[in-house]
Amino acid sequence: MEMSANSLFLAKLDEAARWAQSSSVWPLTMGLACCAIEMMVIPAPQYDISRIGSEVFRSSPRQADLMIVSGRVSHKMAPIVRRLYDQMAEPKWVISMGACASSGGVFDNYAILQGVDQVIPVDVYVPGCPPTPDGLIYAINLIQQQIRTGGRGGILARA
Amino acid sequence: MSNLPDWLPAAGNPPGIDPQAVVTPTAPEVIARGDNEMVLSMGPQHPSTHGVLQVVLGIDGEEVVRAEPEIGYLHTGIEKSAENLFWNQALTVIDRMDYLGPLTNNFAFCLGVERLLGITDRIPRRAQQLRVLFAEMTRITSHCIWLGTHAIDLGAISPFFYAVDLRENILDLIEAASGARMNPTYLRVGGINGDLPEGWLERLDALIAKFPARMRELRDLLQTNPIWTDREIDVGVISAEDAVAWSLTGPALRASGVAYDLRKAYPYSTYDEYEFDVPTRTEGDSYARFLVRLDEMEEAMRIIRQVRKKLEPGAVMVDDPSIALPPKPAIALSMESLIHHFKLVSEGFRVPAGDVYSAVEGPRGEVGYYIVSNGDNRPWRVRTRPASFYNLQAIKKIATGNLIADVVVMLGSLDPVFGEVDR
Repeated sequence: MEMSANSLFLAKLDEAARWAQSSSVWPLTMGLACCAIEMMVIPAPQYDISRIGSEVFRSSPRQADLMIVSGRVSHKMAPIVRRLYDQMAEPKWVISMGACASSGGVFDNYAILQGVDQVIPVDVYVPGCPPTPDGLIYAINLIQQQIRTGGRGGILARA
Repeated sequence: MSNLPDWLPAAGNPPGIDPQAVVTPTAPEVIARGDNEMVLSMGPQHPSTHGVLQVVLGIDGEEVVRAEPEIGYLHTGIEKSAENLFWNQALTVIDRMDYLGPLTNNFAFCLGVERLLGITDRIPRRAQQLRVLFAEMTRITSHCIWLGTHAIDLGAISPFFYAVDLRENILDLIEAASGARMNPTYLRVGGINGDLPEGWLERLDALIAKFPARMRELRDLLQTNPIWTDREIDVGVISAEDAVAWSLTGPALRASGVAYDLRKAYPYSTYDEYEFDVPTRTEGDSYARFLVRLDEMEEAMRIIRQVRKKLEPGAVMVDDPSIALPPKPAIALSMESLIHHFKLVSEGFRVPAGDVYSAVEGPRGEVGYYIVSNGDNRPWRVRTRPASFYNLQAIKKIATGNLIADVVVMLGSLDPVFGEVDR
């Protein structure tokens, strides 16, 4: 009986933690290219990302939960993107925004990394060139869904 | 390479360069530490560098003693990519250079290719007017983003919301006409891609009607705000001589007292038919650049109003079957049109050999393309003259000797776009 009461408590605590985490996914201020402009406008009144608790763009990777790779990643920028990802605290999520970040897009050439998933793990890909802000908000919704329904997150997030 | 025209240099190394010489890439100049000097790297991930710029600052207390901009974090190889695309396809990658003013990029490139083709005089009036209309709409959206981000850099959040709201209204119109909010690639060599949809001009009228009130809002938020004026006035002063010597163009040049605007100096398309002023200030500081851009937004709307009034009906694409696609309904009805469409899409069109430099006044200044054709269906070389690249050079000069907190103000007031700087 002792055990199951404990488990019930932990399960409830986990649920609460997931609810809190999913309602406060704070993105990192990292604009790369065209998509960054569409990323910038999501806190504005037309899209108002604060409705889902993500309006707090943090400029320091230590305080951010979500990295939005907004635009083409050049070979010169790739190590920096990786380093920023490493500096973010667990649990962390990554959205690859736009065709360039997801696959290189129209730039299949010497300068551009053919998909940011070659350097960091990606949770959600958003198609488009650039995607609309609505598309990006949907991607954040998908991340929230992952957190609530058993993805990384909750009280065991560090394990 | 054998089909190159004789006036082009033969392939290989330029004369005087030893191909065997070992070239070591030069690292960014390492700043030597003086007695009290501290090195601070600003960027490439920084909220106020407007993209992926790194500025290596040598600071002595609060004062900047050296500033070395390090660019290239967004190098995309767009010029090289354009060499592998048909003339009309190249427009799509050229859009993505200055992604805040994509239609002005298209504009400059199309004008250049049309000069090579010799069809400049045959572009329909309606197409020319619509090009001007969209270029000016793009100017307003670009300045909106500049205003919003510049204000956020200085700690004022609300102007961003107002500026983005205005921008969204214009983007809705651009999206309705071209199908995309940003990077629309609406222009084509020979005209524009499709006429306006039904009811579009009425929506434009509504925008024109509410624009003055929206501009007043934007001005009220900042223009006389004491915090804003304290942080902007006398910060980042560029003299007229320096501005010319550093090849600055656009608002950064005009705020220093040089009234140079390509729309007036070398009128292209139908710009000589509209009445508009070139806003100029003489102070050369960040506040002057701020005022010049706000005035430019109003002048842009003035041009839009005139284009709206003078807009003529008619075709929007040049009447030349070797360049323009056949009308869509004809493709379904006639085999010849279908073949014609297929040939143009799969092979593109050929442009006579030659070179041309074509420039327009973009939101940040002179956006120019030096285009070389060897008679093929692809450009042989596309070299860009981006406005931001030249404007950004000034940061080294104006940041030195000033406070570190002002570097953000100066960067913001120069309004660089890194898609264009790094290409």
